[in-house]
Amino acid sequence: MSQILIPQPSRPWEVTQKQRVETGLLIILGAILASVTVKLTGLNGKLGFSAAFFFITIALIFIQQLKARDLAAAKDSVLGGVALLAMILVIIPIMSIISTVVIKGYKGIHPTLLFKDMALNSVNDPITEGGLLHALVGTIIMVAGALIISFPIGVLTALYLTEIRGKFARPIKFLVQAMSGVPSIVAGLFILSSLVYPVTKELSGLMGSLALTILMIPTIARTSEEMLLLIPNELREAGVALGATQWRTVSGVILPAAKSGLVTAIILGVARVIGETAPLLLVTGGGDSLNLDPTSGAMGSLPYYIWKAFLTGGTEEAFARAWGGMLVLLAFIFILFGLTRFISGRRVS
Amino acid sequence: MTTLVPPAPREITTVPRRSDKVFRAVVTLGGMASLVILGLIAIFLSAKGLNVLQEEKFSFITESRWEVIADENGNIVETNIGIGAMLVGTFLAALIAIIVGVPIAVLSALYLTFYAKDRVKKFLVSLIDLMAAFPSLLFGFWGFFIFMSSAEYWAKLINKYLGFIPLFDVPAPIFERSPFIAGLVLAIMIIPIVTSISREIFDQTPLDRIQAAYALGASKLAMIRAVVIPYGRGGVVGGAMLGLGRAMGETVAVYTVLNVVYQINWQVLFGAGGNVASLILLKFGEAGPYEVDALMAAGLILFVLTLVVNAVADLLINRFGGKGR
Repeated sequence: MSQILIPQPSRPWEVTQKQRVETGLLIILGAILASVTVKLTGLNGKLGFSAAFFFITIALIFIQQLKARDLAAAKDSVLGGVALLAMILVIIPIMSIISTVVIKGYKGIHPTLLFKDMALNSVNDPITEGGLLHALVGTIIMVAGALIISFPIGVLTALYLTEIRGKFARPIKFLVQAMSGVPSIVAGLFILSSLVYPVTKELSGLMGSLALTILMIPTIARTSEEMLLLIPNELREAGVALGATQWRTVSGVILPAAKSGLVTAIILGVARVIGETAPLLLVTGGGDSLNLDPTSGAMGSLPYYIWKAFLTGGTEEAFARAWGGMLVLLAFIFILFGLTRFISGRRVS
Repeated sequence: MTTLVPPAPREITTVPRRSDKVFRAVVTLGGMASLVILGLIAIFLSAKGLNVLQEEKFSFITESRWEVIADENGNIVETNIGIGAMLVGTFLAALIAIIVGVPIAVLSALYLTFYAKDRVKKFLVSLIDLMAAFPSLLFGFWGFFIFMSSAEYWAKLINKYLGFIPLFDVPAPIFERSPFIAGLVLAIMIIPIVTSISREIFDQTPLDRIQAAYALGASKLAMIRAVVIPYGRGGVVGGAMLGLGRAMGETVAVYTVLNVVYQINWQVLFGAGGNVASLILLKFGEAGPYEVDALMAAGLILFVLTLVVNAVADLLINRFGGKGR
């Protein structure tokens, strides 16, 4: 009985060793040509070299593919190269921003930073004096205030869009979308013109909260809507089939089922407004001492603290202070972001 | 002996109970909040700003002066206020942002959808989502302290080789804090949002058509040209418009990076410019009552502009798929 030999299936699409070496050689050739270009033309420095290197390498790969295969394959490889380049161009700023904040902000951090305010200090004092207690507390109060107002409104909007689906559902959806595009400074101007000038005549933390509310509602409404749409329709039908009214179905079944989604909506809303600067510059007054009363008196906030240290300072200490504040702010955003990942990771199971 | 009487059958009705009526009323009321808020913004900004618009008429958007002349008693004698330069600056910076940012964003969305391996994709997507949550203040600082020198390098290079084009000429060799650099920072700011919208739309491309293209022997490029781009074009344009809206309304980042100067400056590489939002921030601190009203009018114009841009973006995105963000 002779054994039947089954030929090993070939994989013509796989990259062979030879092709890898070829690509490697092309990249090295690209680097050499790029340094020649840098010598010959006005392109200089690291930036010029990277740009020349990338475009020359892509051109080389194009020529190689054109010779080895055909024009279509060569064009295809160019698209791959350019797409990769775009991706790298997106990643570089992110990495640069994060590393800058960590490296520069590190100098502005000291143990008592979170326990002192700036009532007795100027931004140019040594870093170890003063702190951002007032700014941290102010930000927490304002964001909490904004959350208390915008969470119910946002969830009601989402419920209208998903549960009631009235005849205005489409226009409302459109308006929520439009509202998310309102420039933050316009929100500040609105609070000034509608409340500060005619009614309170005083800048305060509450005004800041209200300005942030305008920016927060669309985020919460849209995220809640997405989360409510994820609830299977069977749950709604089951609720109604058991004789529950719509109110009972929503309050007893839908909202509890969407609980973690609503928490995500809250976190995203907070992340949206926590670093918002422009409206706070207009309406909060930005005090330097701890103020626990949002209804009266200037109230500090993290963005205001950073802004002030950056603009009114000018010394090393002031810049370190600004970057230190930025690091605290970024840490908040990281924590919030991590929380959403954690929650959405858990929900899948 | 008691007889068991079956309970009377529950009345079947399609009329909502009182609790449901209340519930529906409350939810509908809450749902109208966005309409009410947008309406109030328009009403209050108009109430404060309309008198300035009536006073200055069309010169408010065509002229570029900011003069309030008062006599010794503090009564305003003459005013010349126009935000023409700032409107030009707004469009200029936003256009640079779109021209630079959108191609990069769309190409990286293509990379994420059709090239990246699953784990790499997951990581990169969360990185880009994180970037979308960075405050504009941070982009402004980073742009001012770190990015400026690199951007200046490119500005000088463009000026050296393309300086004969009036747009890239400069009256004096000042390349710092120019509209070009502000536009680049705005480009970086809108990349996350445009990328995530484009990626969502590319992800929705019907798989059968993609596979049909491959089965006919198409390369990735041919498949993308024949299937993905016709399918996603409208949505991507919508995403770009959304980015345009963001870039036009940006305040703090532009204020930090750009050297706000009150004149129309078309020479994008020269270090002078401005936009409406940064003007509001700049003038607000020292503004008298009439100037505050003028700033409200400027805010109203900005509000209307971004509303229109966002409306068009929204129409395009909803028509062509994608959730928008």
